[in-house]
Amino acid sequence: MSEGTAATDFTYQPSPDQSAATPVRHPVVIIGAGPVGLAAALDLAQRGRKVVVLDDDNTVSTGSRAICWSKRALEIMDRLSVGDALVEKGVTWQKGKVFFGEEQLYAFDLLPEEGHRMPAFINLQQYHFEAFTVREVLKHPEIDLRWNNRLVGVDNREDGVTLTIETPDGEYSLVADYMLAADGARSATRRLLGLDFKGQIFKDRFLIADVIMKADFPTERWFWFDPPFNKGQSALLHKQPDDVWRIDLQLGWDADPEEERKPENVIPRLKAMLGNDVDFELEWVSVYTFQCRRLEKFRHGRIFFIGDSAHQVSPFGARGANSGLQDIDNLAWKLDLVLDGKAPESLLASYHDERAFAADENILNSTRSTDFITPKSDASRAFRDAVLDLARDHGFARRLVNSGRLSLPSTYSDSGLNSPDSPGFIGAMIPGAPCVDAPVTLDGKDTWLLHHLGGDFCALYFARETETAESLAQLRDNLAALEMPVKLVAVFPPGTTAPAGALTDRDHLADARYDSRPGTFYLIRPDQHVTARWRQADPQAIRGALQRALGKGPASAEADAEKEGTAA
Amino acid sequence: MSAQQMTAQLKSEARLTRPDDIYQVLIDAHRDLTPEQSQAFNSRLVLLLANHIGDDEVIAESVEAARKGL
Repeated sequence: MSEGTAATDFTYQPSPDQSAATPVRHPVVIIGAGPVGLAAALDLAQRGRKVVVLDDDNTVSTGSRAICWSKRALEIMDRLSVGDALVEKGVTWQKGKVFFGEEQLYAFDLLPEEGHRMPAFINLQQYHFEAFTVREVLKHPEIDLRWNNRLVGVDNREDGVTLTIETPDGEYSLVADYMLAADGARSATRRLLGLDFKGQIFKDRFLIADVIMKADFPTERWFWFDPPFNKGQSALLHKQPDDVWRIDLQLGWDADPEEERKPENVIPRLKAMLGNDVDFELEWVSVYTFQCRRLEKFRHGRIFFIGDSAHQVSPFGARGANSGLQDIDNLAWKLDLVLDGKAPESLLASYHDERAFAADENILNSTRSTDFITPKSDASRAFRDAVLDLARDHGFARRLVNSGRLSLPSTYSDSGLNSPDSPGFIGAMIPGAPCVDAPVTLDGKDTWLLHHLGGDFCALYFARETETAESLAQLRDNLAALEMPVKLVAVFPPGTTAPAGALTDRDHLADARYDSRPGTFYLIRPDQHVTARWRQADPQAIRGALQRALGKGPASAEADAEKEGTAA
Repeated sequence: MSAQQMTAQLKSEARLTRPDDIYQVLIDAHRDLTPEQSQAFNSRLVLLLANHIGDDEVIAESVEAARKGL
């Protein structure tokens, strides 16, 4: 493991809970200190919630595992104060090449849109991600992180969850108001509750290897279909920090995972790929199969499944850890408000609705990539190869080449928390959409829109020219006095004088991205998703939209009525 | 969906000025090809034409029509 980063090994320390006469009750217990569990802990702690995090191990992840972090995931981590560390250490990339057989078919440049604080993607080993996140977690006294605490029993009752935990000092019990299962693809929680995944396992095996080498390959994603060094299969090469390279080699279903994992079998394969004169060292090797599947329900009473414990996708497309971070982005504010008594239980039901919708989108994309990379019928292979052959000379076919459609956040367009869209808007920022960033200035200094949206309910208001400091202050007070305080984020066009505390839309990009007119008003949820928007803000409409976004809308009320008399 | 709606987009009336010539062009293109090469050729041709048509409805109706009876 490389030096110069945060700590990676941690010490088990007994908790006073272990010697308590009766099980101690905690509002939130998170199972798993992987990227998703740690981020969930940070999000809740930032909201002032006490959380207990249990991990069955005492180190960060072994091997790079998740390596590609998308813009939305980085924006979430930025809200949790870890974004800069990740981007600084990570490898920012935007170019790639696609090869078919011996030859390069084409090169691409994702040409990320300008005017976003976070890059489109970075590559960073999961162990670095976890180490940086733990470092931030340790700054929060609200987070009680317990290593070598293995979940061995769950009793999910209507009034709380009792957990049985095994430690080096023996077993003890805890009671949680709510439990978040962030315990990964092989979730102990899922097993203990006897819950099954529904979906597809692809009959193929992949060798995944992290290789340390000083190579002058560019910082690009290289993907091969049917390369000479891995006939009839596929291969991927992608750079990580510290001279570590990710290599994926498709092996086929008949490969023996135990044999293929052995260095004496891995090294000749890598030499065939990299050439005999490249010196390299193996850091980590694994053999895996693709799975595209999810739990039927992400919420079971007081237990929420987040990340890989809830859904699994094939790795091509960076939809695993990235979607797990979006799960916690979605859940943390809801849980916080319900624990505070500021929102009804029905708000929690929207977690499954919104994130299962997103998981289905990810599974669809991931399944399509897998079908393209590993065609399972003669006709499917004929079409795949036809696409690749045509891609050489025909631009349209390049759009069909699918070596992983890179992860984009979901728009919760059907969510019951949304208010109906107002007429006359164009663009992507419909109710349910994740807010996009834009460069703005505050008191003459450069800053970013998403920083100001933060993690609370916000009103993004594109000010009229007639707006004064006094009229804005009035609006700010009115919004702060709503049943749930809404923070005013006022934006003025460039060339006007924004009153103190208001933003200036430096490059007209907020205007363009939010299709604004003077007076346009967006109501934004604490996870930075749009929930309603209007050309003219009307206090009654705002109150109604806020009610809906808190799970008090008509749809939620019906759902509650249906549920009455049935067990949680 | 009724049969009438089904054919709302896909043109089924004769559109080729010299149908016999086009038919022969298609058959000739397969000359000397192995069955695998023929499948490769057909796949490429379908993709090229689908892109040229560029209309989801027409393509979906074509797929439906071609699947009929299989």
